[in-house]
Amino acid sequence: MLERVLATALARGGDLAEIFAEDRQTSGAMLDDRRIEELSSGRERGAGIRVVVGETTGFAHTADLSERSLREAAEAAAAVARQGSPGVRTVALADRRPVGPGASVLPASVGKAAKLELLARADDAARAAGSSITQVQAAYGDSRRRVLVASSEGVLAEDDQVRTRFNVSCVASGDTGMQTGYESLARTQGFEIFEGGGVEEVARKAAARALAKLSARPAPSGELPVVLAGGSGGILFHEACGHGLEADHILKDASVYTGRVGDLVASPLVTLVDDGTVAGEWGHLGVDDEGRPAARNVLIENGVLTDYLWDWLRAHKQGRASSGNGRRQSYQHLPMVRMTNTFLLAGTEDPQEVVAQTPRGVYVAKLGGGQVNTTTGDFVFGTTEAYLIEGGRLTEPLRDANLIGNGPEVLRRIDVVATDFDMTPGTCGKDGQSVPVGCGQPTLRVTGVTIGGTAA
Amino acid sequence: MTELPDLAASLLDRALPGEEVEVYVARGHDTEVRAYEGEVESLSSAASSGVGVRVLLDAGSEAGARLGFAWAGSLEGDLVTSALEEARDNARYATPDPDVALAEPDGVEAARLELWDERLAATPTDHKVEMALALERQVRKADTRIRQVSSADYADGWVEVALASTTGIRAYTRRTSAFLSVSAIAGEGVDSQTGSGFSVGRALEDLDPDRAAADAVRRAVRMLGATKPRSCRCTVVFDPRVVATLLAVVSSALSGEAVVKGRSFFAGRIGERVAVPAATLVDDPTDPRAVAAAPYDGEGLACRRNVLVDGGVLQRFLFDTVAARRAGTVSTGSAVRGGFSGTPSAGCRALVLQPGTAGQEEILAAVGEGLYVQSVSGVHSGVNAVSGDFSVGAEGLMIREGSLGEPVREATVASTLQRMLMSIVHVGADIEWLPGIAAGQTLAVADMQLSGA
Repeated sequence: MLERVLATALARGGDLAEIFAEDRQTSGAMLDDRRIEELSSGRERGAGIRVVVGETTGFAHTADLSERSLREAAEAAAAVARQGSPGVRTVALADRRPVGPGASVLPASVGKAAKLELLARADDAARAAGSSITQVQAAYGDSRRRVLVASSEGVLAEDDQVRTRFNVSCVASGDTGMQTGYESLARTQGFEIFEGGGVEEVARKAAARALAKLSARPAPSGELPVVLAGGSGGILFHEACGHGLEADHILKDASVYTGRVGDLVASPLVTLVDDGTVAGEWGHLGVDDEGRPAARNVLIENGVLTDYLWDWLRAHKQGRASSGNGRRQSYQHLPMVRMTNTFLLAGTEDPQEVVAQTPRGVYVAKLGGGQVNTTTGDFVFGTTEAYLIEGGRLTEPLRDANLIGNGPEVLRRIDVVATDFDMTPGTCGKDGQSVPVGCGQPTLRVTGVTIGGTAA
Repeated sequence: MTELPDLAASLLDRALPGEEVEVYVARGHDTEVRAYEGEVESLSSAASSGVGVRVLLDAGSEAGARLGFAWAGSLEGDLVTSALEEARDNARYATPDPDVALAEPDGVEAARLELWDERLAATPTDHKVEMALALERQVRKADTRIRQVSSADYADGWVEVALASTTGIRAYTRRTSAFLSVSAIAGEGVDSQTGSGFSVGRALEDLDPDRAAADAVRRAVRMLGATKPRSCRCTVVFDPRVVATLLAVVSSALSGEAVVKGRSFFAGRIGERVAVPAATLVDDPTDPRAVAAAPYDGEGLACRRNVLVDGGVLQRFLFDTVAARRAGTVSTGSAVRGGFSGTPSAGCRALVLQPGTAGQEEILAAVGEGLYVQSVSGVHSGVNAVSGDFSVGAEGLMIREGSLGEPVREATVASTLQRMLMSIVHVGADIEWLPGIAAGQTLAVADMQLSGA
């Protein structure tokens, strides 16, 4: 049937026809204000059909997976191919290789009561962290996403992605007002991620963050050295250069990194990798949403830009292969170039020494989100746990602030990279689509970044 | 095709004794065209539909009721049935809570709003494609410094929603929308700067491509040569678009749910002065100019005008049914939900700061020296509606001798939301109704920290 639908899609000509079918099941539960407030379940299935003719992509999707409905969607997608050369095309697909989920305990096989127990444990652990913790919200979520991709290039691929997440938000109240703390645990794995005391650890970290900030002073204003803790959120690289290395921005000359392959774009201490194959990490994939196996791609090696990130469409335009970075939020969306797990490789310095060798600056223990303008390279990232460094020691906690920098400049200003390393899960938004990604980094120092605080 | 209200009502017949059930069904269609270098880069056309079901067990019992939710991205029979069953099963695990309830009709009549434009369905795809292509051409030729148009999009769609419950709620709405947006890159030498423009309406004919193009070009070109400013304390004048974004953040602190759960810096401050006397903040989804105007809220109650801050004094919060019961009050008709896969919570739809008398030029002249902020970044990472801490990336132009001066970038502006509300010095008359949940106008706020070099 897939072959017949693809032939329909190409009946008016075209370079590519593709069917992306998806079946996604989600479940979630939330505890707030000491009550289990909401258990939810969701189910979505459907297919998106893409036809590429020259410079133009036609796309249609349907929630009805019957052959008739798929053929209708194929005809709608093919309607863009008015100038194409009509003709009968036969499509032969590769052999189908069944895949299993990368989870040892499928969340769907776990009773709801067991999921709710995690929430209660987190609530207890967070509230036990201090009497100033006045509110706790804990959320559990899992999803299983089964996808099938078939294309006129003969691709026939399947993936079975199981993701499980848990996060805790706390409010602490004191004389100076309220402060918030957040921590999450999220893996491309099943319920096995909760073996051990992970839930309590997440809750304690969230609570400690809120409590520390009750006595925090306003963050400084202006340029200072910044030390980022290992795993504080590799979002620095996600924003400073990850988005700017996506080939869709490159081909539209909408990135500061356009035409820079082979150039020194960062400190020689920087080796940056995007790797969808890292098992269990939040951006882990078997195949991307175009059926291409996930891959490890070195983007910057010892400071030199080696390659961009590619999906099928942009790679096709350049006559090269995709790097396995074509992703989409759901069958209702067109794929585009996206990161998977993006991280900086560890260096040689002792992490303790990095702070000790910084007379004055800001130590960022945890980052929140960020945003970048790929054209100018200017990007922001927010701190959710930060301290002042004075005389090579952490002194006072700082209130939340955004830091702002310019991608290529900040990459050049990295002067120390330590041996430790950790990854953090995140959600990346681009052009209205959200996908799970991982970010990672060792402890490192940037010689100067603008801190957007209020203290002079 | 089954009529949507009938489909919603038919599911209610399957409620078991002792259960309350609410069904939300939606159906819609979207078209999107992106132009690039004189060609159609992509053309998407798709229908979608879905159902969200909430089941309430033990309604009215002393210990309290239990609520469960499930959704399906389809109106096919088997998925709808399993959504109902899953919601019922989920409810069994919730903590009994006397404040949990479904909305009941409160006698407030829904506003008659014309949100459906018949012209949308009659618009041929060719016209949509041509509009996107023309927009791209227009931006490219507007100024020799325009180096690239990274996207020029036309999008439209229609959606209809029916809501029914065993507690007597019956609501049906349908709306059309059309949207034009463009992102331009201006360049000189190695310098590249970006600017965007858009236009929104209920059908293609409402859209103003000239204005979208002119906005994108002006905003990109005037940023050329931008440098990092020196740090200082100064008055900041925010562009209407930025103000709409900031009001949307403030609105989360005005949610009654955030207040009763101790997550708002406004908690406990009703009747107190929280802003300057020039600040009157109203959420009025019955104003047809609002992009998100609606006759019914996310629980099927009539939307209504709510004055939240009057002359700087905090008047009220926004409530859905459950948050209202927790606070010992009644719903303000302010439940919002993110389509069929979301559950209701209290929020704004059409927040607007009542206009002052001055336009942007007059405000700049009165401010004299300061920073005009054209766009902000990092709002979700740098603005905290619980603590009020405020720090965002900013680009714009310095204000010199009462007019716009040299462009600046890679800077931040910071304060706290509490202090900003008390430091508003000018509220513009130039209201713009923008996509999203708030309108904006030029707004000047004194004593903010600008961080740069």
